[in-house]
Amino acid sequence: MQGERKIRVLIAKPGLDSHDRGAKVVARALRDAGMEVIYTGLRQTPEQIVETALQEDVDVIGLSILSGAHMALFPRIMELLKEKGLTDVMVFAGGIIPEEDVPELKRIGIKEVFGPGTPTENIIKYVLENAPKRS
Amino acid sequence: MSKLEEIANGVLAGNRRSIARAITITENTPEEAQKLIALIYPHTGKAHIIGLTGPGGAGKSTLTEKIVREYRRVGKTVGVIAVDPTSPFTGGAFLGDRIRMQELSTDEGVFIRSMATRNNPGGIAKATKDAVKILDAAGKDVIIVETVGAGQSEVEIIKVAQTIIVVHAPGLGDDIQAIKAGMMEIADIFVVNKADRENAEKTVMDIQAVLQLDTREKTWIPPIIKTVAVTGEGIPQLIEKIEEHRVFLQKGLLHKRSLEKAEAELIEAIKEQVTGSIIGKLKRERRFEKVLQQIVDREIDPASAAERLLNQELEKNSQNDEA
Ligand code: B12
Ligand SMILES: Nc1nc2c(ncn2[C@@H]2O[C@H](COP(=O)(O)OP(=O)(O)OP(=O)(O)O)[C@@H](O)[C@H]2O)c(=O)[nH]1
Ligand SMILES: [Mg+2]
Repeated sequence: MQGERKIRVLIAKPGLDSHDRGAKVVARALRDAGMEVIYTGLRQTPEQIVETALQEDVDVIGLSILSGAHMALFPRIMELLKEKGLTDVMVFAGGIIPEEDVPELKRIGIKEVFGPGTPTENIIKYVLENAPKRS
Repeated sequence: MSKLEEIANGVLAGNRRSIARAITITENTPEEAQKLIALIYPHTGKAHIIGLTGPGGAGKSTLTEKIVREYRRVGKTVGVIAVDPTSPFTGGAFLGDRIRMQELSTDEGVFIRSMATRNNPGGIAKATKDAVKILDAAGKDVIIVETVGAGQSEVEIIKVAQTIIVVHAPGLGDDIQAIKAGMMEIADIFVVNKADRENAEKTVMDIQAVLQLDTREKTWIPPIIKTVAVTGEGIPQLIEKIEEHRVFLQKGLLHKRSLEKAEAELIEAIKEQVTGSIIGKLKRERRFEKVLQQIVDREIDPASAAERLLNQELEKNSQNDEA
């Protein structure tokens, strides 16, 4: 009987914009790197994202946002994760996120932010190196 | 309390985090999974388990969402396991069924889990059966398993579900021929989804034609229900048939099916444990490689080699018993 540990990743799109190319590119890249990727589709509320992460028992949450609403939505997501006890999940993000917002996002627990033009290899490498090793 | 007992208790109390962790255990660590299932098994057997299968893109996920809503409307709790394929090349998987069910994600009476096949043949994952048991033990009234977009040989769902719905839709390329072989036999209910499209009637007639070829004696004739999953049209009729089938099963067939399921699971477990323990032992004792070489050298054929090894092990065991 062989069991296998797979990195499970939730790629989520918070907010109301429908820019989903980046999310899909990242989802596909992580899948091709051997991970199990759950995609939520567009327009997710923080509550939906956190509840999905809980049910799917993911190791990593990737937030993709190009609407500019990250400073409103990300803190709420981090707060809910804490509330539900999902503190061992790694959260990172990408899309259109101005440089000056990054320090505050890192302060609230977003581990890394990747902007336009990031080669997907960098994103894969980052997940492989930083995904939490859970039992 | 051990970690597993804690999770098992959480599952029985319906704790969502525990349910999620428990399902992960069934996917990743078979030895722990076995212990966990042993703890919860006495509390299973209450849920009605529905399987949804059929070709890719027929509308299984969209239908699942609508079926769940309907059950929620009458106050039942629901668990969903949605299976998608693992890529045999990369080992990764894109689990996208959930996209169509996200509005349900914050309903506390619903638990949805995506699952990759991890190259298990048959349209479901190896862990699907155990995941169903976990949702059952957690008190879900109805459990829906969506298989991968399936052709004719993906009929493992028969070993998991009590009511099997085969979903088809017009315009999915060449028609019923594709699902004729295996799918037709396992269906308790046929759904022709996308009834808003032209040609839906032709799909219904195609299924009827194939059904008429089936001359086996039957106490349940699978009905054909037309639905438009995107609008919810036909869903109440579908639920009615599911409930009819559930009652029909309870009148007798359920026990027979439960025995068949138990038999299949027991045989599978024996196979796994026998191979697991014997092969492990042979490898540790370095006898495995030796026999492999003999097979390659044509000194013995594989089946005879297996018989000889097995007999040797059984003899040793009975000697141990006597001693
Ligand atoms: C294509 C595009 C569209 C398409 C979207 C198609 C689609 N289905 O995605 C369409 C035409 C529909 C569109 C519409 C609009 N758009 Co537009 N759009 C773009 C554009 C040109 C490219 C975006 C894109 O797809 N890039 C390709 C992908 C692969 O890159 P990416 O998303 O950045 O992802 C990469 C990284 O960011 C990162 N990444 C992304 N997500 C994630 C997630 C994780 C976890 C990680 C690790 C990494 C990561 O990795 C990816 C690979 O490197 C950008 C400008 C730009 N150069 O970014 C504007 C842009 C995003 N759009 C913009 C605007 C304003 C709009 C509209 C409001 C325009 C309007 N006035 O009508 C509408 C909104 C529509 C809606 N309902 O949301 C603005 C946003 C401004 C802001 N946020 O401050 C931009 C920045 C243009 C601009 N300079 O003004 N748009
Ligand atoms: N016109 C029409 N489209 C529908 C209907 N039901 C589903 N669809 C669409 O069909 C597409 C596939 O639907 P899904 O529910 O994802 O199908 P599926 O069988 O789960 O697909 P896989 O999981 O990939 O096998 C989506 O774009 C749906 O919106 C319907 O009744 N009518
Ligand atoms: Mg689906």
